[in-house]
Amino acid sequence: MMHDAHALPMDDTATGLDTRKLAIWTFIGSECLFFASLISTYLVYRGKSLVGPFPHDSWTSPSGEHFEPILEIPLVTVGTALLLFSSFFVVMALAGAQRGDRKALLTWLGLTIVCGAFFVGMQVYEFYHFVHKGLGYTTNLFGSTFYTLTGFHGTHVTIGVIWLVTLWILAARGKLPPEKALNLEIAALYWHFVDVVWIVIFPVVYLMR
Amino acid sequence: MRVRSARWQRLVGLAPLLGLVLLAVAGCAENYPQTTLDPKGDFAREVDTLFMSTVWWAVGVFVLVEGLLLYAIVRYRSRPGGPEPAQFHGNALLEVIWTIIPASVLVFIAVPTIRTIFRTSEPPPGEPLIIEVIGHQWWWEFRYPEFGVTTASEMYVPVGRPVDLRMRTADVLHSFWVPQLAAKRDVFFGRDNRLWFTAEEPGVYPGQCAEFCGIQHGRMAHKVIVAAPADFARWVDGMTGLTAPVPVAEADSLAREGEALFRTRACLGCHALQAVNPPQGLIGPNLANIGARLTIAAGSLENTDANLAQWLRNPQDYKQGSKMPNLGLSEPDIRALVAYLRTQRVAAIPPAFPAGR
Amino acid sequence: MATTAVEHADVTAAHSSEPTGLWSWVTTVDHKRIGIMYGVTAFFFFLLGGVEALLMRWQLGAPDQTFLSPEAYNQLFTMHGTTMIFLGVMPLSAMFFNFMIPLQIGARDVAFPRLNAFSYWVFLIGGLVLNASFLLNAAPNAGWFGYANLTSKEFSPGLNIDFWVIGLQILGIASLAAAVNFFVTIMNLRCKGMRMMRMPMFVWMSFITQMLLMLAFPVITVALIFLMVDRYFGTSFYVPAGGGDPILWQHLFWIFGHPEVYILILPAFGIVSEILPVFSRKPLFGYAAMVFSGSFIAFLGFGVWSHHMFATGMGPIADTVFGLTTMLIAIPTGVKIFNWLGTIWRGSLRLTTAMYFALGFIAMFVIGGLSGVMHSVPPADLQQTDTYFVVAHFHYVLFGGTVLAFLGGAYYWFPKLFGRMLDERIGKVHFWLTFISMNLTFFPMHFLGLNGMPRRVYTYPEGLGFELWNRVETIGSLLLGVSFLVFIYNMLKAWRAKVPAPADPWEGATLEWSIPSPPQEFNFPETPTVYSRDPLWEHRRAHGPLPEPQRVSGAEIHLPNPSYWPLVTAIGIGVFFLGFLFGVTLPVILAGGALTAVGIYAWAFEPPH
Repeated sequence: MMHDAHALPMDDTATGLDTRKLAIWTFIGSECLFFASLISTYLVYRGKSLVGPFPHDSWTSPSGEHFEPILEIPLVTVGTALLLFSSFFVVMALAGAQRGDRKALLTWLGLTIVCGAFFVGMQVYEFYHFVHKGLGYTTNLFGSTFYTLTGFHGTHVTIGVIWLVTLWILAARGKLPPEKALNLEIAALYWHFVDVVWIVIFPVVYLMR
Repeated sequence: MRVRSARWQRLVGLAPLLGLVLLAVAGCAENYPQTTLDPKGDFAREVDTLFMSTVWWAVGVFVLVEGLLLYAIVRYRSRPGGPEPAQFHGNALLEVIWTIIPASVLVFIAVPTIRTIFRTSEPPPGEPLIIEVIGHQWWWEFRYPEFGVTTASEMYVPVGRPVDLRMRTADVLHSFWVPQLAAKRDVFFGRDNRLWFTAEEPGVYPGQCAEFCGIQHGRMAHKVIVAAPADFARWVDGMTGLTAPVPVAEADSLAREGEALFRTRACLGCHALQAVNPPQGLIGPNLANIGARLTIAAGSLENTDANLAQWLRNPQDYKQGSKMPNLGLSEPDIRALVAYLRTQRVAAIPPAFPAGR
Repeated sequence: MATTAVEHADVTAAHSSEPTGLWSWVTTVDHKRIGIMYGVTAFFFFLLGGVEALLMRWQLGAPDQTFLSPEAYNQLFTMHGTTMIFLGVMPLSAMFFNFMIPLQIGARDVAFPRLNAFSYWVFLIGGLVLNASFLLNAAPNAGWFGYANLTSKEFSPGLNIDFWVIGLQILGIASLAAAVNFFVTIMNLRCKGMRMMRMPMFVWMSFITQMLLMLAFPVITVALIFLMVDRYFGTSFYVPAGGGDPILWQHLFWIFGHPEVYILILPAFGIVSEILPVFSRKPLFGYAAMVFSGSFIAFLGFGVWSHHMFATGMGPIADTVFGLTTMLIAIPTGVKIFNWLGTIWRGSLRLTTAMYFALGFIAMFVIGGLSGVMHSVPPADLQQTDTYFVVAHFHYVLFGGTVLAFLGGAYYWFPKLFGRMLDERIGKVHFWLTFISMNLTFFPMHFLGLNGMPRRVYTYPEGLGFELWNRVETIGSLLLGVSFLVFIYNMLKAWRAKVPAPADPWEGATLEWSIPSPPQEFNFPETPTVYSRDPLWEHRRAHGPLPEPQRVSGAEIHLPNPSYWPLVTAIGIGVFFLGFLFGVTLPVILAGGALTAVGIYAWAFEPPH
């Protein structure tokens, strides 16, 4: 995935598409169904929680404990924006890699990584904060579906960050020349996918009432 | 030519075989009390009619396809030194034909299917008898809100009056099934699943749980006892009188001993003996009228003294994993309990059902 | 058949640069070796599943038997289903995919040879985890469909369900990795001239299967994740007490489960579509229609899942919709059957054992198809579902269909895999024994089901009329067991006879018959170019029979290096999941994750050539 081709040496493929690129597209197709199942479950169980706290409404427990609405839009909006920007940054990084412009490559890729890392950090903070506000993983269906869905997305972002960091180190050592820009292109495809999934999750979870 | 006709005769010779198969399917219902093929209720009859129409289509397609296959195998067997057969790759017209023919057969199946789906989904006609059906691991509970009566494992219904089942579960998913009267429906939480039927003939109709529900799924059976309206009324009268256990005659000392045991040996923790207003939330089946039931152990064991004694000796022996533990009863205790449970019967039960039904 | 064998008796000795020894198999990335490993492992599991079935049949041979305890019976039927589907039929398909797809499309290997080895190892680990449960007397016991909420901690407190969940998650990874690999292989590694519409039908059906795998498996993965967190962390995805609804499991499971059915049958369609033309000396009838009907079946497969749930009471609209979509599947299936008949029609049929099995497949699959139409009728299904009628149906499809086709494929391709011929006379004994005993075993299930015998019951009482047919089935199943002994004997005999098979014993049409049996490590000395769907027949017509291909040195051909990193990564994944098996054990999970990471990095930075 990073270093040399894993595929068989093929001068040209039957479709003209690079084999690894085709593989990542195929994998992404499969991932779509993974997230579709998670998102559908979130939607099916929306409003089905037996007890609070709830995403958008405050709740007072039978014992009189008061819970604020869990979701807070501002922070996650910033995170979303950064994740979206990072898709642009990784495109710039790829352009740099293809030109052989190492400085541009390292800068843009670094920015992508920072955005991704911020997003993960935002999510860790958010989880911590939500638990503090009284929403545990097993508190209610909202908690279970929310943490499962966003948690798996966050795991995907984390894996993406690790992947991009690996490529950044390679690039810094000069091991990502233009002829190997495809290694970055494949990671970028995955990165875009993770962003696109968030574009679906964000309105479904945070904005839809 | 003669060779070919001999082969044809061989093919024709398969016809009796097919007849035999159909005979076996249609089988005599007396030997198959749990059959779906001899409906005695309107729902089951509706389903059976629809099913049989698909069977005839299937037989037709089966004969056609297997016939063509056998013919081709016999007719086009290679001969040594034979020429290469014609190399054709397809035939658009033929392919269109054999797309359209199955499609039109399906129309003939689909139209009555949809009609039946909607007809069987309508609320039952007339003033139905509502029975609440509750699945438990591993027995069925039946409640008659109209009479305030609760019972287990044996459901009594009158001939001719629609029965409207409102079904749910107390633990895991089960599926309620009375093949000769209706079909099956799974039971869930939080919503009642419905099934209705009108029984046509008195009799005892066995059924059993059809959704795998744990270790004793295999012995989670029940009986539906269809009685003439007068008999059913007598049963209802008897059951509505069971607001408390049936008192035991002073003289019957063995049964009195059993009664004391029943009270002291934890039986009441799980079982009630009254049909009216029994304690709620018990994990064992309601035992009202147990003395006159046809079966014990969730419809799976004939209700004889010997079987009842064997059951009490160790329920785990016959029904491993059952929620009823081995109570470690002594033989005299068992005899006393059997005698007591036999006294728990309402006199006015329709007495004689054909044996073996 | 094997007349040319003698002339080439010396070819095997002529040249062999292939590495040997156990280590060479552990580190192999050769698709043919991996195919054989899949085949041997899967056949072993298949026999295990068969023994499980025989034990159940023995229990059901007479009413009220106590040969098996109810718990043992429940474990056996769960493991029989799970094993046959995930450890028997699917990896047997994988054997055919592995060995045949690269050969049929004229490639030297699959697109990602190391990923291929990884798939195999993960599959092996998953199979071992599932079956290790027997050692702890805690084999899964809630059915292969594992309906919630019986699988919840409350009702299944033991390790049984944990083994099942963990085993299936591991196997899912293997299937997904393999699916991506074969999808890309078929897309990209076709030789020159091998346009999509020239691919052998087996490759086409495999291609569709890979798409089904990729789209269906993520859904079961998610369903199993919910079950895992319900069991390990106490969430309520399927627990009604916490607001969850067990029906969610059924939807997710069958959205996966119905395409899974086609995952099991489509490769068999492909194999039969290879065998029939060759032994009819006539091209496949309606090639394009076969491709489109296969694709249509797969597409519809995602729109029919609720026909497994008619008894749940979905309401008349849903019943109608899912009933109709299910009926629609009969149309492309019918097209396939008629096209197979069209293929043998006016052909010149050589009735080899492979052909026997392929024809037997058509005869039996029709029965399974027809009973399938019967329970696409929702009201009728309300009587049939969860009875032996359904058991009869899917055994006609999966045994009468898939297994007969696989056995046909085994006789057809055995020479190519092992360079030996199976005995035709024993083969025919094998066929008739299988054919008769499978009908004895499975046909009476129709009667039992319609006469009221439910599935998954460990016994039945006297007096319901179930005795006779159960007895017949048990006898049939024992004979079926014997038929597999005949098959094994045939394979051992072929192995010991050491009579080499010619490259093309059947006058085949496709590329795998143009190279020696067994093929050399690099498959094709020069990658071929094709100009039609039946390249070898084309050649034969133009230039006469091909000369027996000679083994060549191939020293200049670059092949991927062997690697043990796929195995290391697979073990890492196994350890990771084992960390969940006995309650969440963080150190084990982290160790597994670390080992997986090390494996992936070492793999990624390892020079592949």
